[in-house]
Amino acid sequence: MDLKDLYRDVILDHNRHPRNFGRIEPADGRAEGHNPLCGDRLSVFVVLDGERVADIRFEGRGCAISTASASLMTEAVKGKDRTAIRELFDKVHALLTRSDTQSDGALGKLAALSGVREFPARVKCASLCWHTLNAALEHGAATVSTE
Amino acid sequence: MMAANVSLAAPPPFDAERVRGDFPILDTMVNGRPLVYLDSAASAQRPLAVLRAVEDYETHSHANVHRGVHALSQAATAAYEGARERVRRFINARSAREIIFVRGTTEAINLIAQAWGRPRLRAGDQILISALEHHANIVPWQMLCEQTGCTLKVAPINRRGELQLEEFLKLLGPHTRLVAVAHVSNALGTVLPLKPLIEAAHAHGALVLIDGAQAVPHARLDVRALGADFYAFSGHKLYGPTGIGVLYGREELLTAMPPWQGGGDMILTVSFEKTTYNELPWKFEAGTPNMSGAVGLAAAMDYLEGLGVEAIAAHEQRLLQLATAELARLPDIEIIGTAAHKASVLSFTMKGVHPHDLGTILDAEGVAVRTGHHCAMPVMTFFGLPATARASFGCYNTERDVASLVQALGKAREVLA
Repeated sequence: MDLKDLYRDVILDHNRHPRNFGRIEPADGRAEGHNPLCGDRLSVFVVLDGERVADIRFEGRGCAISTASASLMTEAVKGKDRTAIRELFDKVHALLTRSDTQSDGALGKLAALSGVREFPARVKCASLCWHTLNAALEHGAATVSTE
Repeated sequence: MMAANVSLAAPPPFDAERVRGDFPILDTMVNGRPLVYLDSAASAQRPLAVLRAVEDYETHSHANVHRGVHALSQAATAAYEGARERVRRFINARSAREIIFVRGTTEAINLIAQAWGRPRLRAGDQILISALEHHANIVPWQMLCEQTGCTLKVAPINRRGELQLEEFLKLLGPHTRLVAVAHVSNALGTVLPLKPLIEAAHAHGALVLIDGAQAVPHARLDVRALGADFYAFSGHKLYGPTGIGVLYGREELLTAMPPWQGGGDMILTVSFEKTTYNELPWKFEAGTPNMSGAVGLAAAMDYLEGLGVEAIAAHEQRLLQLATAELARLPDIEIIGTAAHKASVLSFTMKGVHPHDLGTILDAEGVAVRTGHHCAMPVMTFFGLPATARASFGCYNTERDVASLVQALGKAREVLA
């Protein structure tokens, strides 16, 4: 177990300087995510252009993993349609939980999260933003919890 | 009550290094480093004496209790009831009938809410708690309020994490039926001023329940001197097994209460027309109890009295003072909870580092601390924090552990800040 695998430079950078941080009002979809284990909360706001996410922002307070994961996610999904986002989420989920996952070019910077799988207690930190985005896209407005 | 007994003989010096030898788990390597266990407030480790007592019971004495005439059933009954008497002596209760074995503090509080509160309370009645409480001393009362229409009142704390006694006294009134407060705050370590609080509650005709989960490991408890009507604590915070805990209640109060759960062992006779309930304490112990847990808890009490409860408390206070001084010197550390009277619990945050990251980095250094809201979300909300890191010290911790904590905090700073 090497901390450098978890806290890679990309993660540290996105934690210190989260991209697309803030609110969008009005938004076409928004959801709040909550991780009761650590008290983290984050909100995701999306503006849709048909099936495509035209703009996305997030807001909240969390650990380095959850903040960086949300920041990386907003960069990765902006401009993509729902189907592509769902496929990307599946890849990220596999990356976070399965040790046999090969690095996938489609993941881009998200591949920096691969160290999380060595820290099972932290997987929910990294996946919270994705569940929250899912809720924002599916239901328009919702609260999701990692528990 | 939290007071050191004054002894004429000089106390033997407390040798934490020797104590460590009684706890085999402390030899564990974590991530290639020796374990530094600073999470006893969540669950204390068990000494060999407890492990052996449990094994001995399981190996030589186990059968069901209170049921058979055969030798093992009698041995199990003797072991279980012997443990009850051991608990009585440990907390200086008047009678073993006042000692109810439960799963833990949470179950004890729920028992009081349901067996004392539910038949008695109604709209207009009030329960008074403090803003320091663990969820286990909040949620059972909220459930009781939903069931009976009674109201929950919360006495505030100040920025040091101390109960505001004058505000507490203002909230006490003719409608207060029960005061339910922690002896020691699990999130901050604050020791509550129980004496004046209990006297005031009794002067208003209210009963008092004390959540002693965090207090019993740190100071001699004398329930009669304290004057509490109910007192609850858990075995696993007292170096005993999980799944066993104690509800102490004054006998006349327990006698007047209906049973909580129905089943075997809590009855004298059962027919389809009329069932009569067993006497105290078995009236509140439906079903086969946790005998090995009770035996382990009794062994833990023997062990602690062998070390000297006052000597342990003094040792822990030295560690708390040392750790507080060391952390206070670090400009990026903020200690949360700075009450004048604290048990050996140290909650803190590090600037620029989320407690969850801190917990992971300390763990990589072999240092086990609790991170999160400590099942006390209202306390976190009061301080405007999602979470803190919490180091807690037990009889087996040493000054070296404090140094390891400080060193690991340096690592966290290096990685993240």
